[in-house]
Amino acid sequence: MVEEATSSLSRSVAQGLRSLSGREPELIPQARLSGPMPWVIAIMVALTVIAAAAGLALSNTARSASDELSGGITVQVIEANPAERDRQARAAVERLKRVPGVIDAHVVSQDEIEQLIEPWLGARAGDDAEIPVPALIDARLRESVNGENLGALRRSVREVAPSARIDAQSAWLTPVFGAIDSLRWLAVALVLLLAFALGAAVVLAVRNAFGTNRDTIEIVHLLGGTDTQVARIFQRSVGFDAVGGGTVGLVLGLIVVLFFGRRFSDLGAGLVGGGALQWYDWALLALVPLAGVVLAMVTARITVQRALRRML
Amino acid sequence: MHTATDGEIVQFDNVGLRYGADREVLSDVSFTLFPGSFYFLTGASGAGKTSLLRLLYLAQRPSRGMIRMFGTDAITLPRDRLPGFRRRLGVVFQDFRLVQHLSAFDNVALPLRVAGVAERELAKPVADMLDWVGLADRTHARPAQLSGGEQQRVAIARAVIGRPELLVADEPTGNVDPDMAVKLLRLFEALNRLGTTVVVATHDVHLLKKVPDSLIMRLDKGRLPDPTGVLRYPPRPAAFPRGGGEL
Ligand SMILES: Nc1ncnc2c1ncn2[C@@H]1O[C@H](COP(=O)(O)OP(=O)(O)O)[C@@H](O)[C@H]1O
Ligand SMILES: [Mg+2]
Repeated sequence: MVEEATSSLSRSVAQGLRSLSGREPELIPQARLSGPMPWVIAIMVALTVIAAAAGLALSNTARSASDELSGGITVQVIEANPAERDRQARAAVERLKRVPGVIDAHVVSQDEIEQLIEPWLGARAGDDAEIPVPALIDARLRESVNGENLGALRRSVREVAPSARIDAQSAWLTPVFGAIDSLRWLAVALVLLLAFALGAAVVLAVRNAFGTNRDTIEIVHLLGGTDTQVARIFQRSVGFDAVGGGTVGLVLGLIVVLFFGRRFSDLGAGLVGGGALQWYDWALLALVPLAGVVLAMVTARITVQRALRRML
Repeated sequence: MHTATDGEIVQFDNVGLRYGADREVLSDVSFTLFPGSFYFLTGASGAGKTSLLRLLYLAQRPSRGMIRMFGTDAITLPRDRLPGFRRRLGVVFQDFRLVQHLSAFDNVALPLRVAGVAERELAKPVADMLDWVGLADRTHARPAQLSGGEQQRVAIARAVIGRPELLVADEPTGNVDPDMAVKLLRLFEALNRLGTTVVVATHDVHLLKKVPDSLIMRLDKGRLPDPTGVLRYPPRPAAFPRGGGEL
């Protein structure tokens, strides 16, 4: 059953491509896009490509960010006395380095901290600050942080540094991941809806093409054309519409994706420039018009065969 | 002419045809067409001429009865053998059925291309045929650029280009002036002398006299009143009332 369907599918695609290649002698010389349908297909392909690219980029960004953050922990030593603060920070680093599974732990330098908080607090006059700034320790675990290992670390570090506060870095971003995740689902839903609409547009385009080709089909049929000959005429006509519309749509979609990629990489988010879309993502995007063409070929074949059977 | 030993090219036996659930438009139609003969199918408009021809050129199966063509039962013929049979026929459709976006040349070349004739072998016959029907200078014109009569001549050229065994023409002179009508009939006769069996449907009585050796089938409300189905010209008065412009 499935084998039959796939073999019939590959046959109709092969036949469609052969008829497009123009190596077969042409019964009906014609090669032009007809009507508004190629444009509808182009727009649907472009929208589907854009939505799919957005979904893939979001998904990749979320994954790489969470990979980066999943093993990270931040230790703050909140202590008003600078000498005691430095002592506890050093002790905490020493303790962390001895814990198995911790691959890195270092005190974030005072300069870095000042850079980090400068936008909020302004440039500080000197060391005698009115606002005490906590010492910060950046540490990294081999595994991702969970409640268990975080709890063990907390107990261990507090023994030597009672003023330390330990948090998983991913905890800060949980709401962001939540938002990205719902955006990702939105993209999936959009892609599904658009793919459905693209399919409908393709089927409509085929019906439309059948309407304009109907007379020719009937004439060739009555002049002794075989079903294969007749189907080829029609598949070629549909193929030009689908390939033309699909190509234009893919190009439009990619232009938009690349444009936004540039804008986001300018922002430093690295949506495309930072490699958020891998080669297999691009391949997936190219599959969108290809799927449209395959659907067009198969629909064309089914439509023309049904009509021929009714014609005797 | 023919004898019984020639065998028949077409044989209808008690054929009936109805479209959908309507009354029959053809009833108890029985006749035999012999190879090499020239037939006129006459009858008033609506008598069923086009319907009968559609059965002949295998565009339609009858609702009942038996049809044999080229010595084979055409009713039980499997679908994949029909194209082979259709290629032995030449058809002039009442509404021409030219491919609108093809030139006169490509329309006439179509049956040859369908039959797989190589491009370099079809250029001359197609040009000759267009010349014969007086359209040598209209080779590249599309149907929309041609007059009704010119389109009809393209349709005829397309029907005869493949030297069919059976030529079926539905009102082929309906859109041409009397001179051209006679000229086209001469073309059919020439083809007939080469061995093609010709069936011409027409409601134009004057045409019948133009082909002396022709045989006449007269349809009346979907029936062939003459028991043998086929009459010889000139017909008996009963079957062919004088002064009747419409048959
Ligand atoms: N496709 C069709 N569907 C229904 N009725 C039809 C169809 N074609 C012809 N008829 C009817 O069949 C009858 C014979 O028509 P036709 O064969 O065209 O006659 P003629 O060619 O002699 O004028 C007419 O009554 C016509 O209305
Ligand atoms: Mg008619």
